[in-house]
Amino acid sequence: MNWKPKLTKRAEEPADLEALDPALKQALGDFKASVRGWSDAAYNRPRTAQSMVVRRSWRLAAGWSLAAVLLAGTVSGGFYEHHKLVVAAQIAAAQKAEQERQAAAQRARDEAQHEDDILASVDKDISREVPSAMEPLAQLDDEGESR
Amino acid sequence: MIKVTAEEVAAQEFDSVVARHRAQIFRFLLASTRDVDLAETLTQDCFLKAHRNWASFRGESSALTWLMRIAINLQKDHWRNRRMQFWRQTRTNSVDLDEASEWLPSGECSQEQKLLARERVGQVWNAVEGLSERQRTVFLLRYVEELELAEIAQTTGLSEGTVKAHLSRALGRVRAELGGKR
Repeated sequence: MNWKPKLTKRAEEPADLEALDPALKQALGDFKASVRGWSDAAYNRPRTAQSMVVRRSWRLAAGWSLAAVLLAGTVSGGFYEHHKLVVAAQIAAAQKAEQERQAAAQRARDEAQHEDDILASVDKDISREVPSAMEPLAQLDDEGESR
Repeated sequence: MIKVTAEEVAAQEFDSVVARHRAQIFRFLLASTRDVDLAETLTQDCFLKAHRNWASFRGESSALTWLMRIAINLQKDHWRNRRMQFWRQTRTNSVDLDEASEWLPSGECSQEQKLLARERVGQVWNAVEGLSERQRTVFLLRYVEELELAEIAQTTGLSEGTVKAHLSRALGRVRAELGGKR
């Protein structure tokens, strides 16, 4: 029994098919019948529009979720980085202020010390030149006793 | 007396074109992509585009030739977009060649003949897989859709000589595949 694929439409063959060798002609005929059979089955199959919509909406939802997560990550990362920068700036400012305060205190201490040193040297120099207030009386006492 | 407007006439004409050629456009796209869902989507897009441009269709070529041209362009755009947007979806829904070869019409033939036919179909699919996009299009239009050379030339925008050259190379591939597997 010689099996021949059913042709649904044009019964005549393309002109150049006649010139082909039988094996090739048979293979092309089988191929055509196969494609047409597959196409007819697929074309008349029950449509799965609902599942397509669900799949697409699921993909859409997944895409949006991923985008939202990425956006949230980016924004929160940005905020975190910004916060870190602000905190670092605050710490640096506090450290600088502390250093300036310590330097000012040191300067004040140095100035005070300098003034104390000046006063001390003045006191020392003046006290050497001024005689003791009781010295004349002490001399009188010494003269009286010798007499 | 019922008044029929020009728009209604055009809509009726378009409906009849859809009814006449929808299955054929789907079949061509299915054979080109081996993806049922994609073929359905592209078929929908094809008729949507045809509907939008129906007023500009002047009947210089047949409606089928015009529709086939739209389908081929949509298919090209689809693959171009897929290459450009590779991050969107890398997976393809195309069936493999073995699955595509399973489709044989139920004739009154023996199991052995069916097996042989299936093997031949698989070999032709293998050859088609190895063809360039243009060769495949020309081959499918000729040997599945049975378009005349002039129609294929009009559809693809190629000269008849180029169409013949593509067909010759495609047939050479199929012949080599059939010969190599014997």
